[in-house]
Amino acid sequence: MELEIPARLEFVALARLLVSSFAASTAVLPEDRIDDLKIAVSEACTNAIEAHGAADTAERVLVRCRDADEHLEVLIEDRGAGFDLAKLPDHPPVTDPERLNFERGLGIPLIRALVDDVEFSSSSEGTAVKLVMHHGDADN
Amino acid sequence: MDLGLDVTEREGWAILAVRGEVDVYTAPRFRERLIELVSQGHHRILVDLEGVDFLDSTGLGVLVGGLKRVRSHDGELALVCTQRRILKVFEITGLTKVFSIHETVDDALAA
Repeated sequence: MELEIPARLEFVALARLLVSSFAASTAVLPEDRIDDLKIAVSEACTNAIEAHGAADTAERVLVRCRDADEHLEVLIEDRGAGFDLAKLPDHPPVTDPERLNFERGLGIPLIRALVDDVEFSSSSEGTAVKLVMHHGDADN
Repeated sequence: MDLGLDVTEREGWAILAVRGEVDVYTAPRFRERLIELVSQGHHRILVDLEGVDFLDSTGLGVLVGGLKRVRSHDGELALVCTQRRILKVFEITGLTKVFSIHETVDDALAA
């Protein structure tokens, strides 16, 4: 399945609905793992659409799903300005009162925790995020 | 996409019942409602997440911002949530240590 969504925030819900429907149709993931994938897709699409906004581009964001032999794969590609994973700020520990100053920055940690594998490829021409969920009830 | 944000008051608490999906598109309305409550003098806010079908990091960010605002007035922001899929995002991010999370509104008010 492949779709190109307009880089507008209201389309994040459509992307996660279509990906979760595709995952359900393949019957290779239990329901709770589809819920995990939905959140990861939402986070990745949010970042992609915001990257397009920051780069002031009207291009669409590509979302592609495929069911491989032993895993389900979702690719989200944007044409934003890219980012350096190594330069993402660390948050203070949750018990530190300063932690409440950070309302953002939880998306990538959530993606990493919720999917079985994730690959980020980013350059000045855009970012691709590949989310992988192993078939069955594989736990993280 | 509809987001329900209904407020009732009980025992000195403003209870904000959220319904629907909380993501980057709907979160601004949620944030504005919390800011409005605080500016109206409600510094003890209970956010009932039982009607929430989906919540991602944007929703978590709104709750973190709300907690910061009520604490600046020596207030409290507690949550009602029993849904496993919603609780999971609080557990992964460690925010279960930041928020007081209850099973029912009555439990929260009695705490």
